[in-house]
Amino acid sequence: MAGNNPTSASYYIQHHLQNLTFGYHPENGWGFASSAEEATEMGFWALHLDTMGWSIGLGLLFVLLFRKVGRAATTGVPSGLQNFVEMLVEFVDSSVKDTFHGKSQLIAPLSLTIFCWVFLMNVMDLVPVDFLPMLAQKIGVMFGADPANVYFKVVPTTDINATLGMSLSVFALIIFYTIRAKGVSGFVAEMTLHPFNSPNKLVQALFVPVNLLLETVTLLAKPVSLALRLFGNLYAGELIFILIALVGLWQLPLHFPWAVFHILVITLQAFIFMMLTIVYLSMAVEKH
Amino acid sequence: MNLNLTLIGQAIAFAFFVWFCMRFVWPPVMQALQERQKKIADGLDAASRASRDLEKAEEQAEETLRESKEQAAEILEQAHKRSNQMIDEAREQARQEGERMIAGAKSEIEQEVNRAKEELRGEVSRLSVMGAERILEASIDEKQHAKLVEKLADEL
Repeated sequence: MAGNNPTSASYYIQHHLQNLTFGYHPENGWGFASSAEEATEMGFWALHLDTMGWSIGLGLLFVLLFRKVGRAATTGVPSGLQNFVEMLVEFVDSSVKDTFHGKSQLIAPLSLTIFCWVFLMNVMDLVPVDFLPMLAQKIGVMFGADPANVYFKVVPTTDINATLGMSLSVFALIIFYTIRAKGVSGFVAEMTLHPFNSPNKLVQALFVPVNLLLETVTLLAKPVSLALRLFGNLYAGELIFILIALVGLWQLPLHFPWAVFHILVITLQAFIFMMLTIVYLSMAVEKH
Repeated sequence: MNLNLTLIGQAIAFAFFVWFCMRFVWPPVMQALQERQKKIADGLDAASRASRDLEKAEEQAEETLRESKEQAAEILEQAHKRSNQMIDEAREQARQEGERMIAGAKSEIEQEVNRAKEELRGEVSRLSVMGAERILEASIDEKQHAKLVEKLADEL
């Protein structure tokens, strides 16, 4: 299989798209997965250390930086970093106010967190694809690992776990807000009485299963589309960076325009994730 | 690309960051923003109030200036009038005084003239009587001659 030849292109690509997985392997016990197969065999109870590490690191960077600014925030003339933070906060705040008409202490900070965190995670895409994995390989070798088995994926949003983790949290919030705003009966009614309803009770009874099916799909489509959109965009972007890295000397003129274009994708995807979260939550709260 | 524990780990991390942001990041920044907004609004308000006050003060100053100008003009006019009046009065007085003095002088002159005339007349009549006496010596009736001399004196 070409995937096992360390010099082949497909090996290079697969190596780049494999997470650093830590978990319990049925045969080898606790440890890092030394191949994609082993990582799969570890099943659900394994952790992608690279995804977790980078996402938590970047999240901490975001919250601590903003915390620092918030603590020192003056009402006078804002300077440098405070200006930047205030600009972001106001941007998010106005986006939320435009879309979400209910009152909530959570929505705006949630949106800010989503925007900044997703943005920072996406930005890792702009780091040349070999820099950090190579560094990780060197460190791995220092600890006595086989360099070929040290996997390292830098961009957390190219891991479906990261995006799905966020979108499922948003999904939980959607259900929570729906039930809080309309009650359990309102939630059930929303699931069964739309989009088809009829004044005739018998006809309505026939519509209920159809409605339930449609609404369930609609509801489940929200987190799935949210997660897959972000994941897909970033995964594809990362893949193209990897492909560009494969072409040798010509990668520079190719890498640069793709990186420039990717800046747009990075920001846009962060914004879309935030905006759709607000929209979904406002749909959950508002009456039809 | 396996779904595994990372999913839950990410959800927990996400929840933690949202909580942290909601608790420690959003309120101070938002508060600073709102306070600044209020400050700016107050400042603008004060500025507009001050400009209104300035306008009012300017108007008042203009009004005062106009009033004082009017007053000054009035005073000036009064002074003019008064001075004219005084000049007129003085002139009149001077004229009257002069007239009075002229009249006095005239009457004095007249008196003087009359007295001189009287004296002259007496003198002439005495001289003529004396002359006639000398010429005629005692041959002349004094009474008759006195009449004559008087007539003569009248003609003088």
